Amino acid sequence: MTRSGFVFANLLRKKTRTVLTLLSVVTAFLLFGLLQAVNVMFSAGADFVGATRLVTQARVSFTQSLPMRLLPEIEAVPGVEQVMWQQWFGAVWQENTQLFFFATDPARLHAVYPEYVMPDQQWKAFEETRTGMIVGRILADKYGWRIGDKVPIASNIFPQKNGSKAWIFDLVGIYDGKDEEWQRNTNLGWINHAYFDEATLFGTGLAGTFTLKLSNPDQAAQIAQTIDSKFENSPDETKTQTEKDFNLGFFKQIGDIGLIVRWILFAVFFTLLLVVGNTIAQSVRERIPELAILKTLGFTDGNVLGFVLAEAAAMCVIGGLLGLGLATLIGIKIGGGGNFPIAVDHRVWITGVLAIVGLSLAVGLLPALRASRLSIVDALAGR
Amino acid sequence: MSETMVRVSNVYKSYVRGKQKVEVLHGLTIEIPKGDFVALMGPSGSGKTTLLNLIGGLDRPTSGEILVGGQRIDQLSGNALAKWRARNVGFVFQFYNLMPVLTAERNIELPLLLTDLSAAQRRKSVAVALEVVGLSDRARHKPKELSGGQEQRVAIARALVSDPTILICDEPTGDLDRKTADEILGLLQVLNREHGKTIVLVTHDPKAAEFARRTLHLEKGQLLEQAAA
Ligand SMILES: Nc1ncnc2c1ncn2[C@@H]1O[C@H](COP(=O)(O)OP(=O)(O)OP(=O)(O)O)[C@@H](O)[C@H]1O
Ligand SMILES: [Mg+2]
Repeated sequence: MTRSGFVFANLLRKKTRTVLTLLSVVTAFLLFGLLQAVNVMFSAGADFVGATRLVTQARVSFTQSLPMRLLPEIEAVPGVEQVMWQQWFGAVWQENTQLFFFATDPARLHAVYPEYVMPDQQWKAFEETRTGMIVGRILADKYGWRIGDKVPIASNIFPQKNGSKAWIFDLVGIYDGKDEEWQRNTNLGWINHAYFDEATLFGTGLAGTFTLKLSNPDQAAQIAQTIDSKFENSPDETKTQTEKDFNLGFFKQIGDIGLIVRWILFAVFFTLLLVVGNTIAQSVRERIPELAILKTLGFTDGNVLGFVLAEAAAMCVIGGLLGLGLATLIGIKIGGGGNFPIAVDHRVWITGVLAIVGLSLAVGLLPALRASRLSIVDALAGR
Repeated sequence: MSETMVRVSNVYKSYVRGKQKVEVLHGLTIEIPKGDFVALMGPSGSGKTTLLNLIGGLDRPTSGEILVGGQRIDQLSGNALAKWRARNVGFVFQFYNLMPVLTAERNIELPLLLTDLSAAQRRKSVAVALEVVGLSDRARHKPKELSGGQEQRVAIARALVSDPTILICDEPTGDLDRKTADEILGLLQVLNREHGKTIVLVTHDPKAAEFARRTLHLEKGQLLEQAAA
């Protein structure tokens, strides 16, 4: 027997109780893993893009398009290296599947988003094919699109000059993300703005929003201010912010999911604290005489503290890892593509492990201190 | 038998409960030579357990000196005292106080986790201790699967396994029938005579006291007489 063997023997003292407590820990961490993944997706749909780019939108709302004529003025601002624009296309696939499609300038997209990885010849094809479109890997895989396909995509906003909202594009490229994170976000489609601008019944001359690549990201705040003050009191007032903040604003439209998720997690962990805390406290209360004997035999207060903490930690660690593991499996099942790129990834695991440590201390520390402070003489006499 | 094992000098022990102060030991002085087997008798509440706790380093006196095996223990810190107990004292109690979740052999092994013996050495020591108390065939039994007498044997083996110089037994036969009690007492006698363990035994049972070399009587925190057995 070792000391850890002794800890485990004590855990198995009341098997049913231990199993039930363990189950509640597993469930809580399963929930934690999944919700945290959603949380990460929503908050860091933003984080990973970094702050290297600015987005200029109409001041009132990004749903209002800015006109193309702002382009030269924005390009003229010192520190702006490249400008691209993107017009929300309102894409609909088949009956009613909404897709994220934008009309843009292919060369500028390539220059501003080096994170999108695609063979040069496909970039070239995109530039040269007026009716061309490119899509991210996730979209292509999901709908089985191949390069060379003619893909019918409707717009719920823009009709063609002939009045039809049905459009057809030639798939000329499929791009990947430069890393795992970007790969998970290859769920967009891009069409050629030059063609769109010409073929659309209305909306000609509109750019949508501008995305700016900066030569020095440290100047972001100052450049944003320069641009916005430039258009102040004009018919086209702008709001320029980092791409990250822009994305956050976009997700806020869906509702502050992050906040809801945090509240749910708070409730779950509070309950867990009570359940596990009670189990540990009770198991200490039940064996005051045994703990006193440990001390009698020569185990120090610190040793006894360690034993009780280790029991609490074992419960939290085993349950927590099982729960996070399950969440990871489920994440792989439901998040393997599509518009819901949920992944229980290393960030979720890191917060998960921190939560395990925190929980262990929160539920174990008080009972452990109580056990370690026990007076041998009183405990043996049943006082 | 001239070397002193325990010297209790002018020891006072009082407990404060609320506003009341109870003085249990009043200037007690006792000397126990190495290799002795002392029975400590006296009415309930006379301070026997209190005295044992002081000698065993489970508690500290209010004043006075306690020397065990040449070491002053009345001033040691909690941790130092714990380490001292692990090396020098074996305890046996009336209600055995075994860990219910551990088998007999693991109960006996428990104090050895405080030493740096290897697993193999620990196993060997446990086997020897089991042999001494005559329970080699019950090594894998949990306390619940043992009789009271067997449980007490396991407790004695646990007290012995780290080879302490002094055994402290607080009414070890208080919960056992006559025959089983005599077996346990006989075992203690063997440990004293053949293994040279110094033993202090608290008992209410005059027959039990007969197994000891001598008997001390405690009354109201003071020694009455000293009689050779
Ligand atoms: N921790 C304590 N707090 C207050 N009073 C105590 C404490 N420990 C012992 N006492 C008191 O000290 C006196 C002696 O107690 P002790 O346990 O030493 O007696 P004892 O001789 O072992 O009795 P018994 O034969 O019943 O075991 C008793 O009056 C008891 O109530
Ligand atoms: Mg007593």
